[in-house]
Amino acid sequence: MLDFRKDLFADERDDNLNEIGKPTQRQDGLGHVTARSPYYDDYRFDGLLHMKCLRSPHHCARIRSISTAEAERSPGVRRIITGADVPVNLNTLLSLLDFGRDDEPALATDKVRYKGEPIVAVVADSEREAFEAIDKIRVDYEVLPHVLEVEEALSDRAPVVNDQYPGNSFEYHERYDHQKLRFGDVDSALVRADHVVEGRYQMSPIEHAPVEPAGAIAVPETNDRYACYTSTQALFFSLGTAAKLLNVSSNRLHFIGGTVGGGFGGKVDSLNEPLAILGCMLTGRPVRYGFDRREEMQFGPPRGAEIWHITDGVRNDGQIVARKFVGYFDAGAYTRLSSYAVIKSVGHLPGPYTIPNVYADVYCVYTNRTPATAMRGFGITGVDFAIECHMDKVAHAVGLDPIELRILNAYRDGDMKAHRREAKNCALIECAQVAAEKANWPIRDEFKRMSSRHGGGGERAQIPHTVTDQNGRIGERRGSAPMPPPPRPAPQRQPVGATTSAAPPPPPTQHQPAQSSQYDSSRQNAASHGTVRPAANRFSSIFGTRRR
Amino acid sequence: MARKPIQFRLNGKDEAVFVEEGQNLLDALRRQVGDTSPKYGCGQGTCGACTVLVDGEPRLSCLMLAESAEGASIETTAGLAGAELHPLQRAFLDGFAAQCGYCTSGMLMSAKALLDRNPSPTREQVVDAISGNICRCTGYEPIIDAILDAAARGAGRRSA
Repeated sequence: MLDFRKDLFADERDDNLNEIGKPTQRQDGLGHVTARSPYYDDYRFDGLLHMKCLRSPHHCARIRSISTAEAERSPGVRRIITGADVPVNLNTLLSLLDFGRDDEPALATDKVRYKGEPIVAVVADSEREAFEAIDKIRVDYEVLPHVLEVEEALSDRAPVVNDQYPGNSFEYHERYDHQKLRFGDVDSALVRADHVVEGRYQMSPIEHAPVEPAGAIAVPETNDRYACYTSTQALFFSLGTAAKLLNVSSNRLHFIGGTVGGGFGGKVDSLNEPLAILGCMLTGRPVRYGFDRREEMQFGPPRGAEIWHITDGVRNDGQIVARKFVGYFDAGAYTRLSSYAVIKSVGHLPGPYTIPNVYADVYCVYTNRTPATAMRGFGITGVDFAIECHMDKVAHAVGLDPIELRILNAYRDGDMKAHRREAKNCALIECAQVAAEKANWPIRDEFKRMSSRHGGGGERAQIPHTVTDQNGRIGERRGSAPMPPPPRPAPQRQPVGATTSAAPPPPPTQHQPAQSSQYDSSRQNAASHGTVRPAANRFSSIFGTRRR
Repeated sequence: MARKPIQFRLNGKDEAVFVEEGQNLLDALRRQVGDTSPKYGCGQGTCGACTVLVDGEPRLSCLMLAESAEGASIETTAGLAGAELHPLQRAFLDGFAAQCGYCTSGMLMSAKALLDRNPSPTREQVVDAISGNICRCTGYEPIIDAILDAAARGAGRRSA
């Protein structure tokens, strides 16, 4: 049962509010209980066609050839679509925020990098006929070595997963193969600590498993526009992604969504919308590209796996004086949103505790797994699991009660966080006290009397002298340059629709195979890489300024 | 593909549609009849989102051949409300038992089947009745509470 503890921070809160704190009816509740809420697949269209994709049976393989001749003649087939039909067949989701390199095709052309990667889309009168045609497509694969574990992927001998990132990790700030956090001097603090407590924590991938599988229906509208009914959780993000891949102005796309049958983060990757619209453009008919349950579970993106190593330096009194992290996010074969998850994660370290010396190296690693995506607090959930397990381990090591250890080390108002923002409106101490009370967990009186409002700031507000380093320069980890990737065919920019043929193509994106000299640490060389963009750290401005 | 005419009653109204060989009842209701209240979640009888009542019994319409509905009386969520919401719908609405709403239709049908034969179920009987319906949002507690609330409001007696 909900228990509003209005005695806490009462003077900071205005309780004379009309809506907040009072029960209210959901605006979509009536639609839900009468089953009239319009999920994407509840819209009916005459002449609806169905799209299904041929998908890679291999974790990694070169595509030598694709033969669709027999499938073209299969009953009910209206159109077979390959990568050559996708106007701009290379994208990365966060390019909409100018972050990262385009690394993922909508339909694979020369190589597949995960099991389940789409290669050919078939549009047919029924799903059954689409599947029957898919069985008649012949793809000649040269199976290549693959890697499925993050720590293995970072070894010298691992095969290159994603040609845009030959070191198998996302490249941050045009300089490092990981995201860094440096605050104080962790190594000397560890030497001075009474106890050093180490731990390794691991979180497996998690499938969101929404009861409604992801999908979209695209329909021709008048004025040469296309409507797209979609299950997306991110309507304008999906619209922007579709506009980019299809090389059309976004005002030619009309997205209708907002009713999502469960998403939990798994419906932001915009996998269905661009291909459904392309199918609609190429056939002139309404096209539905919806996942069935198997596709949702196997090819829909999961929350990615994470591995965390934590080393704490602790004094006998329980004060944590140093905390060091090495973390690995498994992005799968393509970046999607994992590069951002790492930045968000590092911004969260070392958890809600005031620790004067903090160090983190966190890697966004490519493996030949299904690309990972957002899921409920991604970037935070995995490392918080690790941190809180580790807090228990530290409590055991120093012989302190685990709740008291948390209260002792919690942020207090006025403290300096490791990312150099002042802690404000802190409440962990009070949360821990209430949790202990509710669980009848005995804590000592001095811990019951502690408060987030007292004892912070002062010395705890100082930014310590910080030891920096240049470890992990791009290309440094792999001593020798990897095999250059095969030449990628220039992105096809075949016009679609009657009026787009006049539109000029966007400037070509360079996808040069990386040469060994480009792993040189100088900024000049890094900048010469055609696809590096200057705004690699712009997220700091998004969540760095949130203050009350 | 061979098409076959079938007739059945849907929410008290006669329906006659052509269905394809092998087509399941869920697909026929959604595509041929246009009743989109039963939902596709898995197509393999594990999620319960497609639950409808066939002659009063809860059935997974994704696992039932449309042809076998010949002559049957089928109830779906679309027919649940009359001039006012059914007590189950009211209880789900008031009790925040629908979050994304996608499992709700199947939950309501499973709950209605329970209350129609047992107007005063125990909590365990409610849990058992919706054990074939998956919800990924609410954690089930509000749904169980809402069904018990509807029973207390006389939902079973009303529909019986």
